[in-house]
Amino acid sequence: MQRESHMQQTQSTKWMTHGEAGLMLFFSMAAYVCAFAAPMALDAPFAFHASLAAVASGAAAFAIVNRYFDRQAALPPQEINGKPNYNLGPIKFASFMAMFWGIAGFAVGLMIACELAWPALNLDLPWTSFGRLRPLHTSAVIFAFGGNVLIATSFYVVQRTCRTRLAGDLAPWFVVLGYNFFIVIAGTGYLLGVTQSKEYAEPEWYADLWLTIVWVVYLLVFVMTLVKRKEPHIFVANWFYLAFIVTIAVLHLGNNPALPVSVFGSKSYIAWGGVQDAMFQWWYGHNAVGFFLTAGFLAIMYYFIPKRAERPIYSYRLSIIHFWALIFLYIWAGPHHLHYTALPDWAQTLGMTFSVMLWMPSWGGMINGLMTLSGAWDKLRTDPVLRMLVVSVAFYGMSTFEGPMMAIKVVNSLSHYTDWTIGHVHSGALGWVGFVSFGALYCLVPWLWGRKELYSLKLVNWHFWISTIGIVLYISAMWVSGILQGLMWRAYTSLGFLEYSFIETVEAMHPFYIIRAAGGALFLIGALIMAYNLWMTVRAGEADVATELALQPAE
Amino acid sequence: MKAILTVHNLASNLVTSLWTPIFVGLFIAIVIYALWPRNRAAFDEASRLPLRED
Amino acid sequence: MSFWSRHQIFEKNSIILIAGILVVIAIGGLVEITPLFYLKSTIEVVDGVRPYTPLELAGRNVYVREGCYLCHSQMVRPLRDEVERYGHFSLAAESMYDHPFQWGSKRTGPDLARVGAKYSDEWHVTHLNNPRAIVPQSVMPGYPFLAKTEVDSEAIADHLKTNRAVGVPYTNEQIANAEADLKAQADPDNVGTDAFAKRYPKAVVRNFDGKGGAPTEMDALIAYLQMLGTLVDFKLYNEKANLR
Repeated sequence: MQRESHMQQTQSTKWMTHGEAGLMLFFSMAAYVCAFAAPMALDAPFAFHASLAAVASGAAAFAIVNRYFDRQAALPPQEINGKPNYNLGPIKFASFMAMFWGIAGFAVGLMIACELAWPALNLDLPWTSFGRLRPLHTSAVIFAFGGNVLIATSFYVVQRTCRTRLAGDLAPWFVVLGYNFFIVIAGTGYLLGVTQSKEYAEPEWYADLWLTIVWVVYLLVFVMTLVKRKEPHIFVANWFYLAFIVTIAVLHLGNNPALPVSVFGSKSYIAWGGVQDAMFQWWYGHNAVGFFLTAGFLAIMYYFIPKRAERPIYSYRLSIIHFWALIFLYIWAGPHHLHYTALPDWAQTLGMTFSVMLWMPSWGGMINGLMTLSGAWDKLRTDPVLRMLVVSVAFYGMSTFEGPMMAIKVVNSLSHYTDWTIGHVHSGALGWVGFVSFGALYCLVPWLWGRKELYSLKLVNWHFWISTIGIVLYISAMWVSGILQGLMWRAYTSLGFLEYSFIETVEAMHPFYIIRAAGGALFLIGALIMAYNLWMTVRAGEADVATELALQPAE
Repeated sequence: MKAILTVHNLASNLVTSLWTPIFVGLFIAIVIYALWPRNRAAFDEASRLPLRED
Repeated sequence: MSFWSRHQIFEKNSIILIAGILVVIAIGGLVEITPLFYLKSTIEVVDGVRPYTPLELAGRNVYVREGCYLCHSQMVRPLRDEVERYGHFSLAAESMYDHPFQWGSKRTGPDLARVGAKYSDEWHVTHLNNPRAIVPQSVMPGYPFLAKTEVDSEAIADHLKTNRAVGVPYTNEQIANAEADLKAQADPDNVGTDAFAKRYPKAVVRNFDGKGGAPTEMDALIAYLQMLGTLVDFKLYNEKANLR
């Protein structure tokens, strides 16, 4: 906003904007502070991260100055010939990073799946053992792959449905680059043993602080774009994105308050202890599923399925009800991760009740997505991208039926601590989040780079089928192994003794661990095919002459 | 024991007597609003937002 | 303007939309979490529960760092088979000094809440170096590097201090002697063992890794594993006093 008026005055003479000057100052100072902190560090990982931050901050300050000298006096206009001048650069970057981290995350997942089948692969080294690679896998797929998909699509959808250019000049770049820097710090930290051991919230205090800054800017960019929209109505996908951004901020702050042992060291102790920490953790953990992996990706569903099917959403009114019901109910469901633990019973019962009720809005959303295709089902035969999107919604329906069922205490007493949970997570993660993200990226890449269509729909078809077989192998292996192990743990002989020692139940898992690894390998192969397809779309695809998207100046 | 009951009552009071009706009421209001016949046209219009090209 | 069209504020005003989302999500968290801070069974001290010794704390940090919680739970549920397999179900008080908690969510390996004193120190040393030397079917990674890495004993007082700041009741004396206590617990010949035993009654003093020299991460981790679940004497424990 401020920039606009600024722009008017600087038609002839070139000035640094407040944003440029401020950010350059910020990064210069950050580079100085980090360079100072690196030699003071108490542990090697902290020294490494401080050095990384110093280099990255220096590079950021340099890039800002460089851009200033290269750019024209006026900043990119808000509109060209009366049409919004959409800002696509940061979206392209986030899409690229999504694909990159996706493959990295799937590969690490395959690696740890193999480690469980063949433990010698742990190599007895600290940085290749299961305990350090597992958070790397979960963070890489959820936050690096999923997060970049969400940032890319949210920046795209909010611009298109508000018919206005993304708010901020450097801010969107700050968000995508800052977020990916957070990923690098978090991921390298896990390998070096830097973790606060809270599942899906493993990054240590300094990474958490940085993410907080990035996230606030993300929220500001998103909200300011909504504020300056040209459409009177805020499209429902943006509601879901907004709920995702706001809630993740609240969850992140609630779950992560920690006191570092030293400001020059990586280790911290979390403010919460014991039962309270457990409750905070799973309040966070479950709502990370609800608002990161569900609300955010439902936003994708509400924009990309109608767009690809060229039909409006089945019922816009259902989408309103879906939205409010989902966020009303999800936030209560966390305690179902703590059934039969030392958490008070009333909290467990509350968690179970709301988890079961969640089934309704979830299926409402699924029906809304699927029925959008009514009257156009034939498109599923011809368009593998649409098929991917629709199958993802079917997987969403399946996982959101399974989830409430597993939240029932009796079922949970069997399923908890077993691979059934892992299978459930992956039917949601591979089937729902994975496929809806793939579908969105297949749509997005040609739009962003102004290509008529994808390089090859045939390859999309291959990707679809290979990945689907992979998912089926994965989740069925985990169902069998999970239920088998749960039953073996509680099996008694006729004399009233426990029938199996623990290690016998581990041994029984071996064949299923191999099948699971095979499923994961297929899923990874599918993603590699996708990466090739997208790469060729950008490099060799036919330019879409009709596209009115102006190319952005490189930064 | 008494302390547990007091706190438990407090918590369940909060759940059953105060917030639940408020939220149920709010939610019903949202549902009615979403299904109100006069709003139909506006929603149909909104649902076409992604499909309009600029 | 009908009454209902006024509700369009939600769709038309992004700030109100944010406020609505915040109110809706805040209430669930508040109702579930806040009572836990004053509910009796979640905060009551049970006889025997004490803060970790410096060596145990260092071992716990190794446990956290290596991600042991990803395959081992520390939470025995009150189910018949679990109580028979692992021991008395876990009490809230037993993890009250845990920052962070390590209840876990997956049992690729067995629960460890009561693993203390179940196996010998030698068993643990051999098992941690190469799990398959003792349990051929095990899928656990080996941790041979622990025995080769010394514990950073200089910094341990700061760790105790930080723990105190987040609510663990370490005394000034315990903090002042943290480094000496860390060394004493892993060395029965150490002159400081008596003073250590006074500061941490019933804590075990042993040469856990079976090797001389400064305490290693192997010492620390085994010291931690050997105390897990041993603090509460369930012969004396009165269940009725801890209804939850």
